[in-house]
Amino acid sequence: MTDIKFEPKDYKSDQYVRWCPGCGDHAVLNCLHKAMAEVGVAPHNMAVISGIGCSSRLPYYMNTYGFHTIHGRGAAIATGVKTARPDLSVWLITGDGDCLAIGGNHFIHAVRRNVDLNIVLFNNKIYGLTKGQYSPTSERGFVSKSSPYGTVEDPFIPAELALGARGNFFARTIDVDLKNTTEVLAASARHKGASVTEVLVNCVIFNDGIHKSIVDKEYRADRTIFLRHGEKMIFGKEGNKGIVLDGLKLKAVTIGEDGYTMDDVLVHDAHEKDTTLHMMLAMMKDDMPIALGVIRDVDAPVYDVAVHQQIEEVQAKNPTRKLKDFLMKGEIWEVK
Amino acid sequence: MAEQTKVTTLEKVVIRFSGDSGDGMQLTGTIFSNLSAIFGNEISTFPDYPAEVRAPQGTLSGVSGFQVHLGSRKIFTPGDKADVLVAMNPAALKVNVKNIKPNAIVIIDTDSFKKSDLDKALYTTDDPFQELGLGGVQVVVAPISTMVKDGLAEFGLDNKSALRSKNMFALGLVCWLFDRPLEEAMHMLQNKFAKKPVIAQANIKALTDGYNYGYNIHASVSTYRIESKKAEPGFYTDVNGNKATSYGLIAAAEKAGLQLFLGSYPITPATDILHELSKRKDLGVITVQAEDEIAGICTAIGASFAGCLAVTSTSGPGLALKSEAIGLVVIAELPLVVIDVQRGGPSTGMPTKSEQTDLMQALYGRNGESPVVVIAASTPTDCFDAAYWAGKLAVEHMTPVILLTDAFIANGSSAWKLPELDQYPGIKPNYVSNYHEEKPWKAYRRDKDSHVRYWAIPGMEGFAHRLGGLEKDYETSAISTDPVNHQKMVATRQAKIDKIADYIPKLEVIGDEDADLLLVGWGGTYGHLYEAMENMQEQGKKVALAHFKFISPLPKNVIEVLSKYKKAVVVEQNNGQFVNYLRGKVPGFNPYKFNRVKGQPFIVGRLVEEFTKILEA
Repeated sequence: MTDIKFEPKDYKSDQYVRWCPGCGDHAVLNCLHKAMAEVGVAPHNMAVISGIGCSSRLPYYMNTYGFHTIHGRGAAIATGVKTARPDLSVWLITGDGDCLAIGGNHFIHAVRRNVDLNIVLFNNKIYGLTKGQYSPTSERGFVSKSSPYGTVEDPFIPAELALGARGNFFARTIDVDLKNTTEVLAASARHKGASVTEVLVNCVIFNDGIHKSIVDKEYRADRTIFLRHGEKMIFGKEGNKGIVLDGLKLKAVTIGEDGYTMDDVLVHDAHEKDTTLHMMLAMMKDDMPIALGVIRDVDAPVYDVAVHQQIEEVQAKNPTRKLKDFLMKGEIWEVK
Repeated sequence: MAEQTKVTTLEKVVIRFSGDSGDGMQLTGTIFSNLSAIFGNEISTFPDYPAEVRAPQGTLSGVSGFQVHLGSRKIFTPGDKADVLVAMNPAALKVNVKNIKPNAIVIIDTDSFKKSDLDKALYTTDDPFQELGLGGVQVVVAPISTMVKDGLAEFGLDNKSALRSKNMFALGLVCWLFDRPLEEAMHMLQNKFAKKPVIAQANIKALTDGYNYGYNIHASVSTYRIESKKAEPGFYTDVNGNKATSYGLIAAAEKAGLQLFLGSYPITPATDILHELSKRKDLGVITVQAEDEIAGICTAIGASFAGCLAVTSTSGPGLALKSEAIGLVVIAELPLVVIDVQRGGPSTGMPTKSEQTDLMQALYGRNGESPVVVIAASTPTDCFDAAYWAGKLAVEHMTPVILLTDAFIANGSSAWKLPELDQYPGIKPNYVSNYHEEKPWKAYRRDKDSHVRYWAIPGMEGFAHRLGGLEKDYETSAISTDPVNHQKMVATRQAKIDKIADYIPKLEVIGDEDADLLLVGWGGTYGHLYEAMENMQEQGKKVALAHFKFISPLPKNVIEVLSKYKKAVVVEQNNGQFVNYLRGKVPGFNPYKFNRVKGQPFIVGRLVEEFTKILEA
């Protein structure tokens, strides 16, 4: 670990940021600068990989090693970087189209392998760079340029997919909540293994207000719950609402009403290996608050570490290091 | 004591071991070819597996073969037709009718030629030789199964286990026929079954019994001797093309001081490269079996960005899937080796068969102007050198290099003198530490002569930079859509590849300097073209061969060489991909062409016929 302290500006490149004014991506970029300064990884030990899409421009705005690659393949390229160099802090910046449509296969396998990648999934439920088509996270019936009569397909819920792919870290945050986004990104950086952070971002041009029903300051406190490990699941403007277990289902209640007391409110355990409760929390919607914060954060064997460990184990038993020495140990004969 | 059998001396001979997939023909062939190599013969071998993993026993689709060509002088191909066929069952005999000479010696296990065996192989009469029109062959019959069972009685093995040694009895018989002492074969069996001494002893007994059987009953009117030649001193091993490719990559990484990284997805006939490199953790090789072909190359691209000698291995369909990612490497200017072990196409085509039909895909199969280096290996052992060069050019010139091999040389093997790495040219990555200009360094600043950009690797302080698939400004390395800049970048990327001609060996012509016909080939057909040339020279014809390993860029002297001969024929296993490429590169070059796309290796005799016609035209 380094003694040098880093400032958010140390992670900022000299490139002019070209996202649309008002785009949610600006806020996430600033949070990432802050989170990295907080975690303290030197910019030159950081590799930021992205695919294609609006959010995938982000590496150009980081004063780190960066690679803006091809559509959907960021997860595979980031896997290569991290497997080759576990010492680097490797980030994957991706969007709902890049990550869940064209890159779906690479995403689930990176998560399944548990490569130590920090995956930031910018979810604006729209294809912005191609000017407004529905995405794999658009709700059924969503009207867009490519679905003028509404879509006839159901969306992926990123959390469900990540956990289904045996993900061990999932967090959700919103672009307008700078403080919590920074906190969540820092937690994702500290987690060993694949971490998926879904950021609900607004596309001011093609899908303005898509998350408004959740993020608007008017009612955000009532429609979201920020989960912290070890803390009671409390939410609401008055801080008097909580999540309780009702049979096999979760239920949002008001403390003091219907006989519910603070003791009934669940305590968030992000480290629980069983995914059942994490999945239920991540899937809350409609009359339940949307879960934000680190929903799942579980330790598990890390792919890139294991790859190098295996090499070390083989080498500990086998002193051969040069090709010639290896070949000489094989089935050979000598001509004199 | 049997009376003396006649001994005939041969210059070369082709032997084909053939039987059911479970009969162990691959092992038999390998042992025989290895002990011939130790004996001092030149060898070339080729396995011929059935496409099915486990076809029903005794059926035509379950026949597995192994062909060995040995001789007293240079041998580059497994040979056209066999002089000797070992057929362990009627199916093996039927499948190989086309693969043997009219007067071949055919060794059969009579115990496996019963009515039920003939039925399984769909014979309609009870005389398979008559039925197949094999009137001229000399049949050596041996009740192999019975004798193996009897001979191994003392080992207390069950029937099934005992019969597994049938192949060794056949091997012993062949060893007698070719005057091969058994000591080396025994030694190999002891090594092979070191952990199962009973099996080793049973196999050795069957081997000896087979040899003695031939000796005692004069199984053939003549035995044969193949003159041995003094090979160049050194240590040798038997290697196939896929293994040699793997070793070449390891050698390149070792020489460059880089960690070797392979990102790959299983695909026939390239998978053995993934297998071999996955075993080499002792040598520090990282392998990732990715979720698909695209991820195979993409993990390699990530590893290249992170500072490894990165490789992806595949065959034609996989190369098609990797196209977009190769384009990314072209524009990002990173080192990457892409190995395409070509197979029969299009689409899934004929996965276990060999062709040269991916040349255009390798040269041009991407969007945009995206030049890459293309190299083709010419023989199983040349795969080592070709892979070494692929690694060297990728790293030194910051470019993707596509290495084309094919199913024929990938699976074929020959004796290989272990390389002395200090005799290979060095590999020096163009690290950013080589940058000494006054202007501050940028990611796309390049060496003035070679146009190669400087390699800065994550973790190096002061060199953080961003690469990407978007066009970059020549000066500032920032994203640019400026038309003049794009023209300059397109030209620069091409010039960088063209310039590599200064760093590769010139094209060598072998054969007659004043040849009346120049044979032109590339890649895995070298052996057949070489033998065709030699064959024609023996007939007093003046022929030469120009065989290409470096295809993009072409060697510097290509125009000079190809313009020198009155007549030339470009020979390839596709519809004329290389000949068209050459015509575009060599003004006035108007050769004959010979193209066959059968998924099978050329037949030397057929080539000689065709070339003679051209010569006389």
